[in-house]
Amino acid sequence: MAEIVIIGAGPAGISAAETLCANGLRPILIDEGARAGGQGYRRPADGLALDMNRLMGSEAGKYAALHRRFEALLPRIDYRPRTLVWAIEGNTLHLLRDGRTETLAFGKLLIASGAMDRIAPLPGWTLPGVFTLGGAQLALKDQGCLIGSRVAFLGSSPLLALAAKQYREMGAEIAVIADTTPLSAKLSALPELLRAPHTLARGLVYMAASLRAGTQMLHGVTPVAVEGQSRVEALLLRDAQGRERRFACDAVALGYGLKPETQLADLAGAQFAYDLDFRLFLPKIDGLGRAGSALYLAGDGVRIGGADAAEASGALAAHAILGDLRRPQDIAAMRQLARRVERLRAFQRGLARAFAWPKAQIAALPNSVTLCRCENVTVGEVRGVMSRELGPVEVNRVKAMTRCGMGRCQGRVCGPALHEIVAAMAGCDGAAAGRLRGQAPVKPIALAAAGTMA
Amino acid sequence: MDASKAQFRRVASRAGRQVTLSFEGTAIHATTGDSVLVALLESGALIRRLEFGGEPRAGFCLMGACQDCWVWSAEGGRLRACTTEVADGMVLFAEPQPMAGLHG
Amino acid sequence: MSERTTDVAIIGGGLIGAWTAFFLARRGQRVILIEKGIVGAQSSGVNFGNLRLQGRFPGQYPLSLRSQALWEDFAGLIGEDCEFEQTGHLYLAYDADEQAKLEGYAEVSESYGLAIERIGPADLRRRWPWLGERAIAATFSPRDATANPRLATPAIARAAARHGAVIRENTRVSAVDRSGDGFKLTFADGGSLSCGALVNSAGAWAHEIAERFGETAPVFPAGPPQFVTEPFPYLIGPSVQAIDGSVIFRQIPRGNIILAGYPRTAADPVNNRAPVPPAKTLAAMRALARVAPMLAQCHVIRVWSGIEAYLPDMIPVIGPSETTPGLFHAFGFCGHGFQIGPGVGLCLSEMIVDGATPTPLEPFSIGRFRSVTAVSEKFRREFD
Repeated sequence: MAEIVIIGAGPAGISAAETLCANGLRPILIDEGARAGGQGYRRPADGLALDMNRLMGSEAGKYAALHRRFEALLPRIDYRPRTLVWAIEGNTLHLLRDGRTETLAFGKLLIASGAMDRIAPLPGWTLPGVFTLGGAQLALKDQGCLIGSRVAFLGSSPLLALAAKQYREMGAEIAVIADTTPLSAKLSALPELLRAPHTLARGLVYMAASLRAGTQMLHGVTPVAVEGQSRVEALLLRDAQGRERRFACDAVALGYGLKPETQLADLAGAQFAYDLDFRLFLPKIDGLGRAGSALYLAGDGVRIGGADAAEASGALAAHAILGDLRRPQDIAAMRQLARRVERLRAFQRGLARAFAWPKAQIAALPNSVTLCRCENVTVGEVRGVMSRELGPVEVNRVKAMTRCGMGRCQGRVCGPALHEIVAAMAGCDGAAAGRLRGQAPVKPIALAAAGTMA
Repeated sequence: MDASKAQFRRVASRAGRQVTLSFEGTAIHATTGDSVLVALLESGALIRRLEFGGEPRAGFCLMGACQDCWVWSAEGGRLRACTTEVADGMVLFAEPQPMAGLHG
Repeated sequence: MSERTTDVAIIGGGLIGAWTAFFLARRGQRVILIEKGIVGAQSSGVNFGNLRLQGRFPGQYPLSLRSQALWEDFAGLIGEDCEFEQTGHLYLAYDADEQAKLEGYAEVSESYGLAIERIGPADLRRRWPWLGERAIAATFSPRDATANPRLATPAIARAAARHGAVIRENTRVSAVDRSGDGFKLTFADGGSLSCGALVNSAGAWAHEIAERFGETAPVFPAGPPQFVTEPFPYLIGPSVQAIDGSVIFRQIPRGNIILAGYPRTAADPVNNRAPVPPAKTLAAMRALARVAPMLAQCHVIRVWSGIEAYLPDMIPVIGPSETTPGLFHAFGFCGHGFQIGPGVGLCLSEMIVDGATPTPLEPFSIGRFRSVTAVSEKFRREFD
């Protein structure tokens, strides 16, 4: 029988594997990393003296359970860590493992590739000491380090307050928690956020903890610059009243929520549609996560929803695979999973209003700001090229003319901001500004990986 | 390289074998299981210098997505610092080493 | 849209159409350049960027040399930078047969006045220390060059516009008909125009227009698998080609290495898709590492292909229609149209304005497809 392959050993991939195993199948579970758990539930390296219970807080139980479940799963699956899927052609995966390439044919493919931080640039954001918000959490959870001693948290996300709490508890000074979305927007999103009361309560607890600790928490800020000679020395911003505020710090954790990593889904043939709430192109899926005749997408890699939604959608997609393989389906379980996924993903729409992607601030960035940090392309270069006669008006052409998005990360970091700059300059809506076309390899691969000629 | 003050601050110790690697000619001590990025940023604030203009970079996403932490090894090999574990005897640099006499 | 009379209409806003529009407008002709999408977005924008003089089809040299002089004056003619670099071009041979082939090419090039250096094994690694051990001979043509194809066509179109050409993007032609001794074009949005002369530079779609006028060429679309690497220390000066066809590559001053490989893969012009089979990417990676071993740790960051128009005898169609006075064809450039683009545009403008061009174009006549054409050996080797 043709293989069932799952890409991504985070909560979605693990839950999918569990469901398939429970029905007598033995999926292949591929992960780029060395240890299972994805990013949010990453298992720290051996020997690290981290109190994960304390660090994971209210999620500690789920975190421990996920890893227990994975351990129980191991003997029943074909687990392939440290394996990168760099290209997909038809029903063949092209893999890179131990510096060598190989292929793997699949009958059904479930991609649970997770997410990364969404970034809006600001002057000075490429200075040593500025890291993504997710990165700041990983430094701690994965490696037992803080990104600095006095850390500023900047962006718009419920995770700003959570990360600050974790950092404070581990001994960091918190310079400021600066959220670009006004408090009024958060308040008006409350009714929608009440759809997931436990999640909302957790968020309020994090914020309360910051207030109790005397941390400065600002809403409705406008970032002005990260300052420093050759590394971060301060964060300059304007508060909601327009006053300039400078916060001395040696690190900045920067983040505006998460965006799905959809490069593999793109290569596998998923269709995309622009989502107005999230201002992202997202893969089209049906209610169970189907994106094609042999393609299934689950977890944060298709829709941001957090670990709970990831687990439920992973299991749900696995049920869809079972159904498509003409095996008996547990309709009641599927209905329950689908309801949970729907509720948690809908919650994210409310979050997108309470913690808004700063589209207007990006459109107003000064020309001198670096937009593409791989290729060192400024916002001004993009605007300049677009304002010429016969100049480009959509992102792929802008990329061809400016090199923005042509670097090693292939637009992962600059893509969302580039999109807003292009839409603003072209005076078009988000969808018309275009979607950066995906191509192999999904990550850089060395010539030596191809082996040697016979 | 600004070795006077480390960027990262370790708050959880790691048990394991001690290893020594070199970065820009300076010896760095780390423990097996540390990522190269963490080893470098625990002793300084530099990972690499950007090809275009030479500005210093110290990584960004820490999860293998942004590709901003690739360092150079003495033999011309390349590694992504945040997803590579330290190994004893690594000789690393923030920018490509002159490949003597290779230009043509 | 109202009816409009113009002197020349050009269908196809790629490199060829843009250069033709430029030279015609510069001669004072009223020109409208019609492009179904965005100028330069098809093969004109994704090709390798070689301005190679070595190893061309012998009958193409007059056109090619005329073109190179125009590329060398790009900044003066067009007023913008297209990253033109006189890098020189290096052919590599790995055995005696290949060396003989290089010698054959060199003699043809020299007969047209090109200066070609022959390099033997002793000097190869001294001149180009990054070369692996296996190369036994090379020929170097110092006048060859490279440029950035993504920048070139839009810049040429802008220059044409400054001389008075009208550039109409996102305009699809739905019908082309004879009208008196000129032509009438009808557009998908309902508009139309009439013109005296018509240039068919519609690339992989040009045979459709030719067929409206009772002639044809067996165009088929394909694209070479290409990739680009991360920036790497700049070491490789010339544009390099292994004569066995396994790799063509060049390094830009920013450090990225661009590579085009073989065999070419069939493309889909209807859906505008040119897939790159990963196996071909891997083969090209191995081939590059073999030619330049110090690139072993250099990382590929993106693959791509494009839709290029090929003809089975591997030479283009350039010249007047056989059936319809006033109609001129320029298509099917078989992956080597970038270098001769300006010369083609200049020759077409001379044919239209002066009635003739001093550059011999007989080998490129569309009439050669009136009967069954021999398929070239090169074609058999370079395609799937």
